[in-house]
Amino acid sequence: MEVNPIILKFVYAAIVVSVIMGLCSYAVLAERKISSWIQGRVGPNRTSLPLVGGIPVIGPFLTRLGIFQPIPDGLKFLFKEDVLPGHVNKFYFMMAPVISLVPALTTVVVVPFGRFVNEAGEVMPLVLANVNVGLLFLFAISSLGVYGVVLAGWSSNSKYPFLGGIRASAQMISYELAMGVSVLPILMWVNAPGKEGTLNLFDIALAQNGFWFAMWMPLSAIIFLVCLFAETNRLPFDMAESETELVSGFHTEYSSFKFGLFFVGEYAHMVIGSCVFALLFLGGWNPMPFVTLEALGMGQGIPGAVLSVGIFLGKMCAMMFFFMWIRWTLPRFRYDQVMKLGWTVLLPLSIANLILYTFIIYYLDTSL
Amino acid sequence: MPTETTEYNAPDSGGKAAAAAQEFETEHLEVSMGPSHPSTHGVLRLNLELDGEVVQKCDPVLGYLHRGDEKIAENMTYNQFVPYTDRLDYLAPLANNAAYAMAVEKLANLEVPERCQAIRVVTSELARISAHLLGLGAYTMDVGALTVFMITFTEREKLYTLFEELTGARFTTSYSRIGGVTRDMPDGWTDRVMVFCEEFLPLLDDVEALLTRNRIWFDRTADIGIISKEDAISYGLTGPNLRGSGVDLDLRRDAPYSGYEQYDFEVPLGENGDCYDRYAVRMEEMRQSVRIVRQAIAKMPGGPFYAEEAKKIYAPRKDKILTSMEELIQNFMITTEGPDMPAGEVYFEAENPKGALGFYIVSKGGGVPYRMKIRGPSFNNLSVLEKVCLGGMISDISAILGSLDFVMGECDR
Repeated sequence: MEVNPIILKFVYAAIVVSVIMGLCSYAVLAERKISSWIQGRVGPNRTSLPLVGGIPVIGPFLTRLGIFQPIPDGLKFLFKEDVLPGHVNKFYFMMAPVISLVPALTTVVVVPFGRFVNEAGEVMPLVLANVNVGLLFLFAISSLGVYGVVLAGWSSNSKYPFLGGIRASAQMISYELAMGVSVLPILMWVNAPGKEGTLNLFDIALAQNGFWFAMWMPLSAIIFLVCLFAETNRLPFDMAESETELVSGFHTEYSSFKFGLFFVGEYAHMVIGSCVFALLFLGGWNPMPFVTLEALGMGQGIPGAVLSVGIFLGKMCAMMFFFMWIRWTLPRFRYDQVMKLGWTVLLPLSIANLILYTFIIYYLDTSL
Repeated sequence: MPTETTEYNAPDSGGKAAAAAQEFETEHLEVSMGPSHPSTHGVLRLNLELDGEVVQKCDPVLGYLHRGDEKIAENMTYNQFVPYTDRLDYLAPLANNAAYAMAVEKLANLEVPERCQAIRVVTSELARISAHLLGLGAYTMDVGALTVFMITFTEREKLYTLFEELTGARFTTSYSRIGGVTRDMPDGWTDRVMVFCEEFLPLLDDVEALLTRNRIWFDRTADIGIISKEDAISYGLTGPNLRGSGVDLDLRRDAPYSGYEQYDFEVPLGENGDCYDRYAVRMEEMRQSVRIVRQAIAKMPGGPFYAEEAKKIYAPRKDKILTSMEELIQNFMITTEGPDMPAGEVYFEAENPKGALGFYIVSKGGGVPYRMKIRGPSFNNLSVLEKVCLGGMISDISAILGSLDFVMGECDR
């Protein structure tokens, strides 16, 4: 029986989106557990499900780990009162959380989570849409996320969110530049002369069967990482939110599920950002530099595909851990310092890096 | 040669700005920060006028926590007021208790035994560590480093456990009585304090490793909220805020009380008077406090822990009250009429964690003060806010508030 490919795509999309949402909710748990680990606390360890929690040994163990905590965390958003303040611009106020979440979930379509090698030896990406513009699409869509924050700040018609919205828009626009420029060396390297040009994330990952790009373009990796922190609004760059100055910044007036969408959106951005970093700089699903799954003889068929997805998600989780580690260690920048860092340090540095790699790649292409 | 200052103007910037101003009416944004805001610890309210993010005017509004402590003092005996002193600087109640008791003892011209003095030194210094730890934790949290807050609070819990053992309460200790302290230290308490000191210093190094040479922390605090020496003096700042500006004044050393002259300690000073200096001064003060505690415990004198000869001031012990007629009468008199105080006026101030906590007492004799004025250091420390916040950004306000380390309970009284 032949399944309609469009229906199949919908099924895949549903699977991927639910996986991402699941990852987000468990990222919240991870955030809570890691922060408590860093701060010498215990973290969530009480929530239990009626039947599962009753299983001897395993039930209490899972409860102790806080495995069930995301369920009440999520339900809380649903059941709390949804306050719609009288002074807001209702249309934009309601639209803002959606706008901040949708781009984050949309970018998922071009992120390959692994690869599948069929019997003929062809390597195929496990991706929703294997489009050639991959990276460009990703940047274009993810930068739309800032509208959610700006609209939220603006439509709240309240002072702290307003300031948060201004901060967010300035910061995100500034860091997008450096971020974009910092990945250009990779694109130059992948699109060697004479080859068909591509911006596909899958091809970029495949280009890292030898060196990982983090190893031979470390500066790009660092700049990209810093910009990623700024783009995802995480501490030390959480200007828009900075709860001790602007109370909660752009989402001060939000409650219940609308706040939940912002919350999930932030973590979805983090998940996608970690995925992209792993693809661009950490070799995608290659277990080690110079070692591919094929070389280990484990790349074939479905087990190989599962393994590649596992390795990729492992790298993503490591990145997520790094995000959280930084958040609970460093103080927050000041708004003007963030702007200064973006414009006077990261942007010139990324341009210098671009010029340097232009010459290196030119040299490698012509004389070797 | 006369020097001329030239101002650079972008071509036609003046004209454009004027035109823009005509087109859009621009005005400053007024923000009421507080009284319920995460970084105005307690109930301070700041009426801010912002130009973008830059503070043009900062107008502190006080009094949300005013409870009329000074008036209350006129209506009760001296000993009954001790629990109210807990609630002045509620982060260092032990130090407040001791300062109040010493002020009244100065009125009565009463010398307390050495053991009592040493106990008061130990408790005051532990209270100083506890208050500075909270100040530091809240300060770093305002600047965005959330973990330090948890680290310092864990240490404070250990201190509270020690306080509980000593006084029976973790928070509102009410440990002092006029002429002594409520009870002697329990067995082995000093050893446990020593253990705390042992464990505390490495932890302080950990905190320093997180902050002192951290670039972001440095950027956020250095050259922010500068209080010049002159300002610090003219606004009446005391304590670490004054010393952060480089003014060398510490009442423990300059006007020693309670036997502070026997202990060897240094008074750390800042240079620039910025937020970073105030942080550095507090860090060093905690180390010096540990030093004082160790010395005081090492040469803890024996003897009574209250002035035994002051029979009309310090209520006798319970076992004596129940067996002896004279002590029963004394206890009755002290409880009903209060301690027997001479008429007179007295001012005493002690170096508390936040600065000089002063008590001005007017007595017309008897067990109740005629008038009591409390000088809360936080009140004076906050007065400078109007000046330091100008020209800073909103983010600087949280750093400055954190670095001034105030307690509204003491400020509003």
